[in-house]
Amino acid sequence: MSSIGMMPAKLTLGPVLFHWQPEAWRDFCFRIADEADVNIVCIGEVVCSQRLPFLTPLIPDVVARLKAAGKEVVLSSLALIMSERELDDATALAANATCLIEANDVTLVALLAGRSFAVGPLVNVYNDATLASLEALGATRICLPAELPEARIAALAASARADLEVQVFGRLPLAISARCYAARTRNLAKDGCRFVCGEHPDGMAVETLDEVPFLATNGTQTLSYRYADLLAELPRLRALGIHGFRLSPQQVDMVAVAGVFRAALDNSIDVAEADHQLRELCPNAEFANGYFHGQPGHAFIEID
Amino acid sequence: MNRPELICPAGTPAALKSAVDAGADAVYLGFRDETNARNFPGLNFNRKELETGIGYAHTHGAKVLVAINTFPRAGEAALWHAAVDDAARLDADAVILADIGLLDYAARKHPDLRLHLSVQAAASNPLAIGFYAERFGIKRVVLPRVLTIAEIAALNARIAPVETEVFVFGGLCVMAEGRCALSSYATGQSPNMNGVCSPASHVRYIETANGTASKLGAFTVNEFGRDEPAGYPTLCKGRFIAAGKPSYLFEEPTSLNTIHILPELMEAGVTAFKIEGRQRGRAYVAAVVQAFREGIDAVLAGRPLPDIDLAHITEGGKETTGAYEKSWR
Repeated sequence: MSSIGMMPAKLTLGPVLFHWQPEAWRDFCFRIADEADVNIVCIGEVVCSQRLPFLTPLIPDVVARLKAAGKEVVLSSLALIMSERELDDATALAANATCLIEANDVTLVALLAGRSFAVGPLVNVYNDATLASLEALGATRICLPAELPEARIAALAASARADLEVQVFGRLPLAISARCYAARTRNLAKDGCRFVCGEHPDGMAVETLDEVPFLATNGTQTLSYRYADLLAELPRLRALGIHGFRLSPQQVDMVAVAGVFRAALDNSIDVAEADHQLRELCPNAEFANGYFHGQPGHAFIEID
Repeated sequence: MNRPELICPAGTPAALKSAVDAGADAVYLGFRDETNARNFPGLNFNRKELETGIGYAHTHGAKVLVAINTFPRAGEAALWHAAVDDAARLDADAVILADIGLLDYAARKHPDLRLHLSVQAAASNPLAIGFYAERFGIKRVVLPRVLTIAEIAALNARIAPVETEVFVFGGLCVMAEGRCALSSYATGQSPNMNGVCSPASHVRYIETANGTASKLGAFTVNEFGRDEPAGYPTLCKGRFIAAGKPSYLFEEPTSLNTIHILPELMEAGVTAFKIEGRQRGRAYVAAVVQAFREGIDAVLAGRPLPDIDLAHITEGGKETTGAYEKSWR
């Protein structure tokens, strides 16, 4: 399919899922504002409410810097809301009228119904009926769950009125728990965790007993060990009607990663060159695209 | 204190009969296809078996709840719609649903059908539960296994008249249910899409120099010595290396058993107690139902809890009270 007449592609930088040092996180966001060729930037604490107080005082400056640079700013919500304090945080987030808010839990859908909102990949949108229900409530931007294969993405794109987004880079969010694996590994109580998750700013690698890298944990969250890489699938996603592409931040040069995906979307470099550049930028990473191809998510399928 | 309902699994018509005979107030079951989260070979009910099973249960004063709690495939929802329609037609007492689109369908098409929110919806607080109650009229929520007893008690006070149902025994998801794709990452098949977790079709046991390795898809989930029985490789109960040391990182091979905290759970105002295990046999169902029937009746009568040992039917003989006690987190 020709790109002429097609909706312009938008790149979204997803929320930083890991516990980065607050100043490092702020400076990362500032650099994204100043240098990254992305359209939308999601910020906020998605994984652990105990980390939120570190980010909260920095958010106004980060939002201002991103907006001044012409980025659309989205505030991402917590994924699992259990306590009264977490409910209060969610209610306060929903009261923010200056940015689009991304619901990562149905709790936020309940709070945001009736106005425009975004839906993150941790809300289960598996079919057109759920998509239509969320659109009727006000969802205008929906990032699809990680495990959907191409045929399901196609069926959803065919009926969507909201802008759909697919994660094309970074570790895939696979699970969320009440239990913290960073604290558990160190024999600490979750409430006295000393924020040891911060020792793994790219996720704590989880290997099998025969030392095959498998998963990564991030506090209460479990992610893929492998980074998603859907560079080669971008033309097929575009042909299906997907025009939003999410890059999930890792400990690599995300400005350069965004540049590679932008160049691939613009067809200014071919897939082989884009893949080569991505691997240069992420020398320690392994990659996966299996879910898109209806295979186990960890698989990497070479396509022509 | 109200008398909580005891909700028991039925993977087969024989298990349904055993559960009802042992004193279950209700059984839950699914159709023999991908519409339910225990889509295992040789399990579940066809339409005729459901009709017969509902007849047997109703004759004996028990209810039948039909779990249709996977997430319909985009463009192929007809299978899930037929499951809801047939459950309603065959006089099921409720359907247990997780997907927003399917809840919307059921609420519109069958306004008199009682809707329960599946644990697969992972609704963990009053706002999320309120969303499903206001939009779709759910009457009961099966709570995700992430909450403490104190949180459950506070929740019950906030969401009434919506009832809560909690798991009291059996297999234990470590992750928030309906929000876990570990299985599909390793095998391509997941609870949400296919109704299976760590499917048997992808399990292999490999002889190693020291014993046996259990594998799921391409990944080793555990290793066992020559004298150890090799356990089933459920992903979140495997041994993995993190931060340089091997451990049961997510959870040990263990089963939930709340028999010793029944008084606290009853005090928290829970309406129904659910036993996991539609894949388990009649003997398991009968033993667990009988134990919890005795336990509940003892608490209600003000008697001490009977000393009931269920270790012989728990996974690996190990028990946990899971997230109900805060230290688990």
